[in-house]
Amino acid sequence: MSGDKKTKTIKTIRIDVDKCNGCRACELICSAFHAEPRYSSNNPARSRIRIIREPIRDLYIPVYAGEYTVAECAGRDKYTIDGKEYDECSFCRASCPSRDEFKEPDSGLPLKCDMCEGEAEPLCVKWCTHDALILEEREEEVEEQEEPEDLEIGLESLASKFGLDKIMDAVARLSKKS
Amino acid sequence: MRYAETGFNLEVDLTRGNIEKVATDPRDTELYLGGLGTNAKILWDRVPPEVDPFSPDNLLIFGAGLLCGTPAVGCNRTIVSTISPQTRLLVFSMMGGFFAPELKYAGYDKIVLRGKSPELVYLWVHNDRVEIRDASHLKGKGAIETAEIIRKELKQPKAQVAAIGMAGENRVFYASIEQGRSSASRGGIGAVMGDKGVKAIVVRGTLDINVAKPTEYMDLCNEVMDYIQFRNENPIPGVMPILAGLGSPQEMKVHDEKWHTENFNWGNSRVRRKDFWNDEVAREWMETLDKARTRLISCYNCPMTCGATISMPGLPTYMMKCFTKLTYTMGAFSDLDFGLRIAQKATEYGVDGFSAPQVMAFALELLENGILTDKDFPGMPEDNEGRFYWLLDRIVRREGIGDILANGTHWAAKEIGNGAEAYAHNNIKKIEQLPLKLSMLNPIYYLMYCTGEKINITQIEGQFPQAPFPTLAEREEFVKDWIQVPDEKFKQYFLDWEMRGEKSMPFYPTVDMCCDIVDWQERMHYIDDALGQCAGLSSFPLKPPYHIHNYPKFISAGAGIEMDEEKLSKAAKRYRTLVRAINIRRGMRRIDEIPPEDHWKKRFPELEKELLDTYYKFKGWNNDGIPTMESLNDLGLDYVAKEFMERGILTEGENAPGVNILAQKETN
Repeated sequence: MSGDKKTKTIKTIRIDVDKCNGCRACELICSAFHAEPRYSSNNPARSRIRIIREPIRDLYIPVYAGEYTVAECAGRDKYTIDGKEYDECSFCRASCPSRDEFKEPDSGLPLKCDMCEGEAEPLCVKWCTHDALILEEREEEVEEQEEPEDLEIGLESLASKFGLDKIMDAVARLSKKS
Repeated sequence: MRYAETGFNLEVDLTRGNIEKVATDPRDTELYLGGLGTNAKILWDRVPPEVDPFSPDNLLIFGAGLLCGTPAVGCNRTIVSTISPQTRLLVFSMMGGFFAPELKYAGYDKIVLRGKSPELVYLWVHNDRVEIRDASHLKGKGAIETAEIIRKELKQPKAQVAAIGMAGENRVFYASIEQGRSSASRGGIGAVMGDKGVKAIVVRGTLDINVAKPTEYMDLCNEVMDYIQFRNENPIPGVMPILAGLGSPQEMKVHDEKWHTENFNWGNSRVRRKDFWNDEVAREWMETLDKARTRLISCYNCPMTCGATISMPGLPTYMMKCFTKLTYTMGAFSDLDFGLRIAQKATEYGVDGFSAPQVMAFALELLENGILTDKDFPGMPEDNEGRFYWLLDRIVRREGIGDILANGTHWAAKEIGNGAEAYAHNNIKKIEQLPLKLSMLNPIYYLMYCTGEKINITQIEGQFPQAPFPTLAEREEFVKDWIQVPDEKFKQYFLDWEMRGEKSMPFYPTVDMCCDIVDWQERMHYIDDALGQCAGLSSFPLKPPYHIHNYPKFISAGAGIEMDEEKLSKAAKRYRTLVRAINIRRGMRRIDEIPPEDHWKKRFPELEKELLDTYYKFKGWNNDGIPTMESLNDLGLDYVAKEFMERGILTEGENAPGVNILAQKETN
């Protein structure tokens, strides 16, 4: 850790559920943007934003895909806001075993919002003409951290899956072979 | 690889319980596009004219439009086609909402139902897994209620459900298919679904829909999105508010109903109340709507908010759009509170919001005039509103007088007799219409009312202003950015159109101009109905984002079919003619093509005859409204020509017989 100060841009999407008209354009355009090649296919089930939506109960909550989690929560919450009861998990961004949201429909691999990197604004924000989704950016000073290398990230995830001991054993075995 | 479409239909034989996924022929897409176009082709090929609407051999087709599921803004319509019990002709009611894209994502362009299930069932379509499931526990349940129960029992909150209520189960001739915020209501398609023993179709899809040229296609979609925002910020001056913007008439938004309540007719389309709207009514209705409306809502991928969630105190929540807001209120000479309350029941029962109130008002008119008597209405409450609730309950259950009224004003009047026919006065081709009675014949509307085979004026009008603008300056301003015209001549038609004098209605626009205008308006609706595009962003409003100049590009880039304006116009003409051919084969003729009685006070029989004669010729139809051999062959519909010959509908080298007699009958 170097401890140097550095400014960092924080992107936030301000979500106004009262303005959501439930059209799901955000889901559609997200899936198109992340298709390979870009815009070649459409499928809201691949989208990294979902409207948790129950029209008869007037529930419309746009939620962005956040972190993948291996295990579901031990306890759940239920919110009641302005007399409307929201289901458990309604506001949660996790791709998690307890629900179908934020998983590739074919592989089951987790999806995560990347704010449409490279675009002026995330496309869901652009296509939400009712301003239920608004992009806000701010600069923050943060302590610079060394970016972990790809190898380290890979090793960490292997370690979390198999345990560090097994990884070390495997490395030891491999190095003997070579 | 197929683009925009999936290339598969789901064929369901309800009698045998057989389900097949059938690959479709890409050449049909090129010729008939999709949606209505390919629905019509299937109905021509597979439903001969001898088939009764309630025969197991009738088909009920749910066709997603060609571009549904792609990012084309507002492209979300399901075109439901069958033979109507009300008209006994082809009907193609449509619904927006979320069903069509979900069906495409499940891997199908259409669901084709045939046969009849012995028990009440629902169809559950989840990608490649398709099941016919027992629905006996849903018998008699409301359409919205049914959708909620099914989503819960399947644990599929994201499934889209198209369901019928009690009216469909009991084969009410104007039963609708309800799909949450949308419905396919006209022509009794819900009755056909009920006759087939299908309570609901439930769809969930998680597969891809591909487009042929991704970047080009997205550019087109972005242009449309930008234009919608431009139009929303720049309403058209000089026209009434509901015609100034885009979308369906914004009935859920507006409070000022002066125009509708004072220009449309009340009761059984009888009474115009020219001084109805005042401050007190305005305040009361505003309060009602503001209290009831919890949110303005949209269909799939559309920024317009034409619908609303409605929660009336003490009643279950439902969703509404457009003019049903006022049809019950005005049918019953009541207020908005009553209208929104009874519409909740009517939505759960699943009935058409135009026909149902008119049928009930018609029944009460017959009672007032002694054609029906108190004996026909045993137990009916005394109060006005109570009588409407009572009638609605009898109709959807087909109990007592309700059994007769369930067939609509045309058939009910025939059965009741004793002069009742004169009270079924607001129909075209047996279907109840908007309650409008006007003064001077409008030649453009005359042609649309007569020949529109969607049998609903809102489904053929659009694009061209409904009335001339007062000053030349206003007209010049209007045509300045009128990019949607297929030809510059339309601008001149409009510039020269005056409110009074030589160049005013009914003789201007001239007969030839009327043909051009009606043909353009109709063509755009037919293109929408094949692509699945909502008319509210296309054929219905003035200066819409979709038009004949960008549609070919959408089809080329989206579906990968080479397209230009000429080829697209010809395709639309092809399946439009096929729609007519189906109806001609079922016996429709010129004699059936008349506007509602008394729609205009001032009529011009000679002009009307000339209009119809000329328009038929313009469309490639003979003087009896039958497409000619020449035009059929030109459109590649030689199989239709051949069958017309075999059936004696057309004969070599002559027009159909009896034309003059029919034409005379009509003008007398």
